[in-house]
Amino acid sequence: MHSTSQIFRFVFIMTALVALVLSLMYTGLKGVHDNNEAVYAKKAILAAVQNKLGIEASTLKDAEVQEIFDSSIKQEVYDMKGNLLTPEQVESAGYKGGLAENVDINKEAKKPESERILPMYRYKDDKNEFTILSVQGKGLWDVIWGNIAFEKDGRTIAGVDFDHKAETPGLGAEIKDNAAWKRQFIGKTIIGPDGNYTGIAVMKGGARDPNWQVDGISGATITADGVGEMMSRGLKYYQPIMKMAKS
Amino acid sequence: MAEAKVAAKQSTIGFGKAEKKLLTDPLDSNNPVTVQVLGICSALAVTTGMKNALVMAIAVVFVTMFANVITSALRNSIPKAVRMIVQLIIIATLVTIVELTLKAVAFDSYKQLSVFIGLIITNCIVMGRLEAFAMANDPYKSMLDGIGNGIGYGIILLMVAFVRELFGKGELFGTKIIGNTSEFLIDTTTTWGLGWYANNNLMVLFPSAMFVIGAIIWAHRAWNPSLVDVS
Repeated sequence: MHSTSQIFRFVFIMTALVALVLSLMYTGLKGVHDNNEAVYAKKAILAAVQNKLGIEASTLKDAEVQEIFDSSIKQEVYDMKGNLLTPEQVESAGYKGGLAENVDINKEAKKPESERILPMYRYKDDKNEFTILSVQGKGLWDVIWGNIAFEKDGRTIAGVDFDHKAETPGLGAEIKDNAAWKRQFIGKTIIGPDGNYTGIAVMKGGARDPNWQVDGISGATITADGVGEMMSRGLKYYQPIMKMAKS
Repeated sequence: MAEAKVAAKQSTIGFGKAEKKLLTDPLDSNNPVTVQVLGICSALAVTTGMKNALVMAIAVVFVTMFANVITSALRNSIPKAVRMIVQLIIIATLVTIVELTLKAVAFDSYKQLSVFIGLIITNCIVMGRLEAFAMANDPYKSMLDGIGNGIGYGIILLMVAFVRELFGKGELFGTKIIGNTSEFLIDTTTTWGLGWYANNNLMVLFPSAMFVIGAIIWAHRAWNPSLVDVS
């Protein structure tokens, strides 16, 4: 039998050892982890334009992702009124680094609407020009978010990419996994012929107006509706900026 | 402490019949999933695809092996009053190591598995083997027992994932095998090309893992009648 003091000594030494090992490992790998997170987020942005560029974002190497970001992408952050923010202003909103890639849209969604800030990525190479916007909304179980790429005209969708926190694999998670479903969005417009904002609708039972409606996912009505709501609301936030850019 | 020295002298690092039995028993007559019915929750959760199941199986083999070795090496100095807590700390440490490593080297798998990797801690197989085996045997035997049970669990995981991914998504390791060639997986109306098979959505959902595991247990007992509970 062990005395109480022996038990205390054993537990204390054991805990200290474990804490030491884990904290060393955590600090040692932190750089790699942060880099992986950053590359993962950048790949999600490139995934929105991958169909137009003819690349497969998820298979790109870290250096290739960085290369595209350095050479072709300009990052901007706006407030809800459509004013361009300086990196210092973004940092004061709580995002170290001050770039659009540092903005956490899930964190922004918790703020009151008028105080949010909007990340925007302008892609430009010899042949293509896209604007990539970030949106956030609710799925069935938890938050969903996505990046939406627009053509030069600012109203035609060039590609989309979605992600989710906890949707059901095979049903709601199809918004991320199903490439064919995401391709439906290409060519849809968020501004109707009369110049009014229509947003995007995900329709149960099939799209009726090909300009701004897409098919839903059977068995995932709530998640699909969430995507439509997220896009219509989220893209509307950007309209002041888009209008300003045109005039 | 004297007991520990005696025990150390008795243990031999060989690979005889007894050692082989430690490795192969958990694969068949003492399988942790189909016979002991442990670790069912994670078998439901991570078996939607072969890739996830494989990563999970490797992680569990790693954790059961090292948890067994460490617990066995400490078995004579662990105070009985706190042995459960100590075992949990060992398991949790190893699982955290797995999680940190995965996050560094296989970020995509980490993203898909993240919650379930943490849940290895609650996998009854690991703690069950520590209590039942590692606390009473030397580190070498415990290591073999850990590997055996980890693999026994992993095999069932892969079998379930095979059925679920093939019939739920028509894929294996993400490669299209059967079903319609369109990537629109849920469009069951397409019949052209390879579309003679319509994906069964139920297979992607958790309850199907219950059915598949049930079928595996049935098949296992039909093949090995000594497992049938006569009572």
